[in-house]
Amino acid sequence: MAVNLQTLSKHEDLLSGGHRACAGCTGSNILRQIMLTAGRDTVVGGATGCMEVVTTIFPYTAWKTPFIHSAFENCAATISGAETAFRALKKRGELPVPREKINFIAFGGDGGTYDIGLQSLSGAMERGHNMLYVCYDNEAYMNTGIQRSGATPFGAHTSTAPAGKVKQGKDRHRKDLTKIMVAHNIPYVAQSTPFHWKDLQMKVRKALDVDGPAFINVLMPCTVGWGFDPALGMELAKMATDCNFWPLFEVENGEYKLTYKPKADRTPIVEWLKTQVRFKHLFKPGNEGLLEEIQRWVDDEQRKLLKLCGEA
Amino acid sequence: MKQIYVGLTGNEAVATAFKQARPHVAPAFPITPQTEMMHKFADFVADGAVDTEMILVESEHSAMSAAIGSAATGARTFTATSSAGFALMWEVVYIAASLRLPICMPVVNRALSGNINIHNDHSDAMGGRDAGWIQLWCENTQEAYDHALMCWRIAEHKDVCLPVMINYDGFIISHTSESLHILPDEDAWKFVGPKDLKTGYSLLDVDHPITVGPLDLTDYYFEHKISQIEALKRAPQHIAEVYKEFGALTGRHYSFFEEYRTDDADLVIVALGSTAGTAKDVIDAQREKGVKVGLLKIHMFRPFPAAELAKALSKAKVVGVMDKSASFGGWGGPLFNEIRSALYDLPARPKIHNWIYGLGGRDTDTKQIVALIEQLQAIAKGREAETVNLLGVRL
Repeated sequence: MAVNLQTLSKHEDLLSGGHRACAGCTGSNILRQIMLTAGRDTVVGGATGCMEVVTTIFPYTAWKTPFIHSAFENCAATISGAETAFRALKKRGELPVPREKINFIAFGGDGGTYDIGLQSLSGAMERGHNMLYVCYDNEAYMNTGIQRSGATPFGAHTSTAPAGKVKQGKDRHRKDLTKIMVAHNIPYVAQSTPFHWKDLQMKVRKALDVDGPAFINVLMPCTVGWGFDPALGMELAKMATDCNFWPLFEVENGEYKLTYKPKADRTPIVEWLKTQVRFKHLFKPGNEGLLEEIQRWVDDEQRKLLKLCGEA
Repeated sequence: MKQIYVGLTGNEAVATAFKQARPHVAPAFPITPQTEMMHKFADFVADGAVDTEMILVESEHSAMSAAIGSAATGARTFTATSSAGFALMWEVVYIAASLRLPICMPVVNRALSGNINIHNDHSDAMGGRDAGWIQLWCENTQEAYDHALMCWRIAEHKDVCLPVMINYDGFIISHTSESLHILPDEDAWKFVGPKDLKTGYSLLDVDHPITVGPLDLTDYYFEHKISQIEALKRAPQHIAEVYKEFGALTGRHYSFFEEYRTDDADLVIVALGSTAGTAKDVIDAQREKGVKVGLLKIHMFRPFPAAELAKALSKAKVVGVMDKSASFGGWGGPLFNEIRSALYDLPARPKIHNWIYGLGGRDTDTKQIVALIEQLQAIAKGREAETVNLLGVRL
């Protein structure tokens, strides 16, 4: 399943420019990349969140495919309804335009996916709809003003779990949503980033080709919420993988596989943390233990993942 | 037309009507007392009597969300709920109407928690009365069946395009077997007809993509809300047409509200749902004694037929409005408030009093209605009385 940049460059861009994403947003890039592979015969759902808000301010829309948004926590359920209706109408020969297959893709941020939309997502995955759910994970509720989410990493400063005189940001590690999705025993689950375009395209292709539900968790560096130069989003996505903070892997029918093997002497996590204002307080004297804790957690998670991938 | 005389519960009757309407998609989540409606419908699907795709969701919020996704494709879609389930889907109930999706949904009326209570009152539906849906109310199994057929013609009319809620009382109607007339499948289908999939937009028309549910800022939201209000204003004429056509077909004639022995009535009771049946029985007995009392039973609560109601109630001396829900901290129940407001501009207004009754399924028997009529009589004779009263509660 080779992905060729030359061929890809000829695919139609299905998310038009002129939308209102922030300068340096990697989220709109994620959407564009995914839509390049998905193509026109795709129905898109968006949970309330950054990408929904910036792409569909009435009377404008950036979407060149059908798009539906209904609420924050229900994108998976909404798309599951559309996907079911496709089957029901097709069965009776009543589709508005005849198609053997239409892709159904639901997009949600980490707030809409890890947290408020988890029930709706879990239900849709368990029911076996032929749909792909993509979480663009920018590790906090960015759309509402950078509040802590279940995806926010340990130590990160957010507006609801700020670093202050006695607290040092979030005091819990993030939940492992990707593994929660694996536990649904669906045919395809993966993690990727927008920097690794080939990896992402390959995973989207696989996810759309399987018969049944698929889930891809995509790290989305956020210039505003993380606090970095808007030019550096892709670089930060790359670094997150190189330091094992966001490993690239896929789980096909329950089988784990690393899709990118970082060097044995992986980049220390502090190199990545240093690049972002949200971790600045961790470098104050007295917080060395917190940095150690993050490294310990990253190493621990990586060890567990390698074991699952048969790489240990 | 030859009809079939059968014995069915309200839930079975509604499931039968929905089977006859051949919906494409039905998301479902269980809650008492709605459950048996979906059980019966699932049996029809399992037996191949209808080829509807059911989506067995994990909550009512997802039931309405999936219904939205389905209806946005043009597919004929229904779900059903009660009580806390309706409360859970409240957010998306508004969105379904805002997106102008002709979803049909029985609300098998049940009290809201807490304390948790599975029995009938109207607090669930009243919580959603301003959600932008058409709300129709039924007195018995026959009316529930009839409205479950008619709702599609109303919701899907191109000048309406609004979701319709069919209300029938939990247990009293949903679980009670009554004899009723149903249409043969082919006649029911002839009346309901296939969903018009040519008019309007479909989320599945990938050749003509549309964006559904965009972000509205201060520059468009208000106008979009007005378009919903306008659609609800257009609805009554189409509801009346559907009622008329159904009446000609079946001999069962409906209108926005039913007037029972009100022609010369000095005293008029206003009620929703199954209580109307009990009230009619009492009224017949009171008429025997010479008491000029009648009943006005509302079918169409949303949109609210204010002008027609004002006219109908203008001749009464005393109107007693029965509310099977409380408006906590408000002045009287929701039905009372609407009726009283509708009558305000009459040159000569009847006295209007409110009775809150039957909360949490407290049985409303004939004795309670007799007591209510006695109070109406006393008020007619000039006795001072509270505006808002309680019926059938221990104090």
